[in-house]
Amino acid sequence: MLKIDNIYKTFNIGTINEKHALNGLSLHLQPGDFVTVIGGNGAGKSTMLNAISGVWPIDSGSIVINGNDVTALPEYKRAIHLGRVFQDPMLGSAANMQIQENLALALRRGKKRTLRWGITAQEREQYHDLLKTLDLGLEDRLTSKVGLLSGGQRQALTLLMATLTKPDLLLLDEHTAALDPKTAAKVLEISDRIIAENKLTALMVTHNMHDAITHGNRLIMLKDGRIILDIAGEEKKHLTVEDLLAKFAIAAGEEMANDRMLLG
Amino acid sequence: MLNIILGAIALGSLWAVMTMGVYITYRLLDIADLSVEGSLVTGAAVGAVCITGGMNPWLATIMALLAGMVCGLATGLLHTKLRIPPLLAGILTMIALYSINLRIMGRANITLLHVDSVFTPLQNLPFMAGLEAQGIMTKNVAILICGLLICFVVSAFLYWFFGTEIGCSIRATGNNQQMVRALGINTDTMILLGLMLSNGLVAMSGALIAQNQSYADVQMGTGSIVIGLASVIIGEVLFGSTKSFKRTLLAMTLGAITYRIIIALVLKAGMPANDLKLFTAITVAICLALPQIKSWGRKLKGGHN
Repeated sequence: MLKIDNIYKTFNIGTINEKHALNGLSLHLQPGDFVTVIGGNGAGKSTMLNAISGVWPIDSGSIVINGNDVTALPEYKRAIHLGRVFQDPMLGSAANMQIQENLALALRRGKKRTLRWGITAQEREQYHDLLKTLDLGLEDRLTSKVGLLSGGQRQALTLLMATLTKPDLLLLDEHTAALDPKTAAKVLEISDRIIAENKLTALMVTHNMHDAITHGNRLIMLKDGRIILDIAGEEKKHLTVEDLLAKFAIAAGEEMANDRMLLG
Repeated sequence: MLNIILGAIALGSLWAVMTMGVYITYRLLDIADLSVEGSLVTGAAVGAVCITGGMNPWLATIMALLAGMVCGLATGLLHTKLRIPPLLAGILTMIALYSINLRIMGRANITLLHVDSVFTPLQNLPFMAGLEAQGIMTKNVAILICGLLICFVVSAFLYWFFGTEIGCSIRATGNNQQMVRALGINTDTMILLGLMLSNGLVAMSGALIAQNQSYADVQMGTGSIVIGLASVIIGEVLFGSTKSFKRTLLAMTLGAITYRIIIALVLKAGMPANDLKLFTAITVAICLALPQIKSWGRKLKGGHN
């Protein structure tokens, strides 16, 4: 479903801040894979997701989504393949627009925008039913402005928007990091359900090792812009945080630095 | 006095078209587009040249609209393709248009005194004679009818347009470009469309204003952005609603008219015309500062922000 081959990205080339963010990273996902991504700050987790989304062009390598080579495509042309949820709840929806207008924009992801009416009566019913599944009371607030919602509500709405038209690949970029623990758990639960129900292929970046272990069928760890650990199947099911730390120490070939990921 | 108010309302209804254009960039796209200072004059210039050249005044007004859209395109390309910040892109277009407007007109001003305008046919309506007998200036009545009619048509068009898929995408672009790109929309195209529509309306307004005052002048755009902003803000504060877009569009028309009435009244009260722009600037500054002033007020009362 996703084939990343040997991608490189360097920021601020030729300056003192030169940063090799992606160093020959390769990753292949099968349809239905739900992969959690962990790694310390600056390991390249978000950079990898941004490379897939096409926020900026990569320096070399190739990215193929569901058989389509998207390496040279701009961000908005890749959107047809991708559902995205960002770390910042404000980034996923338009604050001054109604809940239903946001959903209507998302329903048309990857389609050509025309002069047809931006939202139809039939859609409204669909949105009502879908919002009901979130169990946040949003189904009765279709015409409320999104700016009035809480961070958790906006993140749940963004999840719904990202999956309204089934994406080839769902990208979750630390989408619960900005939420309080209870809300984070709820949003994670919704993510799990939506991914399972729609049999989505997904990449979820997280700072929380426990979440990384308990969700998904495969776990990868990034360091210095490449994958240093890749655990799937039975091995992942029996994984503990301690195992993970031990494996990381071996894989990284050095003792654990004072890294924020440990505090997750 | 009635004639002064009537004249103010009539003039306001023409500026309302410009106000809706400013609203599109300032509120929907979240861009303070200064190119309108130039495109207003471009509209007046194109309209005046076309009318004196013998073109039907309505057609000439449409030509002005198209010319304005080209101005908006210029600002949009400077911003989206060359990545110049929108404020600077607008200023560049504004300055460039000063020379272009002089080229279009061939001189600093063109008089429209002895030609028909879009308002002329309306002055011969059957009831006009009766109004004239009561001492009402029929020219103002004709402009008012025409202006309100145009406001209605433009409002209806904008209501429809911003409800379509493309219109929704433009509004979303003004909110959150990151999201809009993630949903597969080219934000550059949306910004271009918004700026073209906005400047088209501004230029159309310029052509109408020129026909109203019977001349087009290369200086007539100076300060128009501030007048536009004042009208937007007055409209929002006095007549606006965050719920209904219909209501917002109506508020823009009423805001422009209210601004003209205020100006007419302060002039009548004896303020020198030369101080008008200072007065307008102060009014807009106060309106824009209202949220901050309110929060100071709360602080003084010992409350929290």
